[in-house]
Amino acid sequence: MSLAAIALDRRPSLPLYVYPVGLVMLLVPGLNLTGDWFSYLFHITIIILIWSFAYTSWSLMGRFGLVSLGHGAFMAVGAYGTALMWNYLGLTPWLAVPISVAAAGLLALVVGYPCFRYRIVGHYFALVTLALTEVVRQVINATRDHTGGSLGYTPNPVGDTATLMERLVALQFSDRTVFYYAALVIWAFGLYIWWRVDKSMDRYAMDAISEDEDAAASAGVWVTREKLKITVTSAMLTAFAGALYTQYQQFIAPDTVGGITISLQIVFAVVAGGIYVIMGPTVGAIITIVLTESLRIAIGVSMVGLDTTIYGVLLVLFIIFLPKGITGAFLDWRSRRRDG
Amino acid sequence: MLETFIDDLPFLVEALINGLLFGGVLALLSLGLNLIFGVVDVVWICYAELVMFGMYAIFWLHADAGLGMPLILASVLAVLFVAVLGLLVHVLVISPILGTPPINQLLATGGLLFFLQSLATLLWGIEFKNIGLRLDVLTWMDMYFSYARLLAFGVALVGMIVLYLFLTRTFLGTAIRAISQDREIMTLMGVDANRIYGVTSVVGGGLAGLAACLLVLQYDVHPFVGLSFGPITFVICVLGGLGNMIGGFVAAFILSEIIAVGGFYAELEWGYVAAFVIFIVFMFIRPQGLFGSKS
Repeated sequence: MSLAAIALDRRPSLPLYVYPVGLVMLLVPGLNLTGDWFSYLFHITIIILIWSFAYTSWSLMGRFGLVSLGHGAFMAVGAYGTALMWNYLGLTPWLAVPISVAAAGLLALVVGYPCFRYRIVGHYFALVTLALTEVVRQVINATRDHTGGSLGYTPNPVGDTATLMERLVALQFSDRTVFYYAALVIWAFGLYIWWRVDKSMDRYAMDAISEDEDAAASAGVWVTREKLKITVTSAMLTAFAGALYTQYQQFIAPDTVGGITISLQIVFAVVAGGIYVIMGPTVGAIITIVLTESLRIAIGVSMVGLDTTIYGVLLVLFIIFLPKGITGAFLDWRSRRRDG
Repeated sequence: MLETFIDDLPFLVEALINGLLFGGVLALLSLGLNLIFGVVDVVWICYAELVMFGMYAIFWLHADAGLGMPLILASVLAVLFVAVLGLLVHVLVISPILGTPPINQLLATGGLLFFLQSLATLLWGIEFKNIGLRLDVLTWMDMYFSYARLLAFGVALVGMIVLYLFLTRTFLGTAIRAISQDREIMTLMGVDANRIYGVTSVVGGGLAGLAACLLVLQYDVHPFVGLSFGPITFVICVLGGLGNMIGGFVAAFILSEIIAVGGFYAELEWGYVAAFVIFIVFMFIRPQGLFGSKS
């Protein structure tokens, strides 16, 4: 098949399991279950959806070998931008979120352009973007009089007596169902973007670039432009995830939405789940979050640190033994079984 | 404007000299990381966490609550301990995945970062600990300098020279340099690359342990202490040209002066912001680093 024919082949071909799973996900809140256990699971599901969206956004560029450790910075810009504009300017998130997302896109452009123009790749790209994460983290710490520094920050609550209109303006809801559907839609939107990129001509350009930049350039691929497109898209979606996180959790701190820990957490979850497949980042989010939560519940507070110690060991084992991630390994196993 | 500048001058000079001394600590920190990168071609994201373990080792061996050893003995043992840790990192984590894409190696050590942080939390809790030793402050022409920093500066210089002599004057050092220049040819010449990598990791770990000995004199240790000086260490190595030890040495002093001056005119965090921003901008001008050659 020629390249053009592949690129034109845009027929949506969703796997069959999507329909029943999607139906269940849409209907679950309608069951109106109550109880601590259910509301805890509901909360974890929302958290998984938000992070899945962030991880999917990272994998947009990560799958082409552009390993950014700067996504902690973009997420923090989205999160802090939204909260600060609400608290200081009284700007509704309806406006503050697009502005923060645009700001993250601009930041990606300003840092990305010279990176790609001057061919900073591999380790160097990872470490330059790591420096960007540190810049944003240190700016938040330095402006602690306004941002709360490392202690964290809370958007002004509308209060319990707020009317529906006030809640809509502030995008603050006491009912989790609203956030559940919002997160579900936004997560699906992230998958859609991933799928669009996957079917686009840019994908072939990026694949060519990641194989051999010089060869791609000589074949007529505008390397800098292609890389910038994917980087800015990825950064903006990540900032959007940060904003969503802020609105849902109503509390942000440099270490929960930014910094080297979040940058690494993003990369890990994607690698664990599978970097080259659409559901990989989501599977990564489910595995890592379910793992930390169940370890936390199983071990409890009696031994602080044991849960994350096990988590760290598992991460290392994953990268050594399953470099394609769980989803990738599963697909390999299935296609081997089919062939043999 | 000018008058305030002249009034501030002694303080600025004090900040500059303190920046120079701080640069010594940073230079020592980046030395081991740079060596490992130059030879094994792997970025140990968990390097600062190894330093943190060294600091805990000294605390545990020296403090009254622990074994109560003399500080010198505790320091020597800590250097050995971190050197062994370095070997373990190589044998258990890096060695099995040497042939895979470099980013996997970076991520595997990133997983170690989480592991070491959590293990430290598990073993020692999240409280800030210090060895309860405060060295004197040197007063000179109305300026104050801590002996801890002077000592760190001196040890960094000595460490640099000893490492240089080791690499240039010994057989093993020559083998290390040779393999960093051409991996494939050297294996054809009968050099066991994995053994050289192991030796390098031991030396790199030992240098991390040495840095720990000096840091523990100045800073409290807690499980997340690595995050406060890890990123600046990576940036120094890249700025100097990854693997280029002289470049890293110079870069350490440039960045420490930027942090010191930034911290003098505003808050310390702004000093760090300036250092990271200047680093990013510099990378666009000279991606190969200060002294790196274009490859």
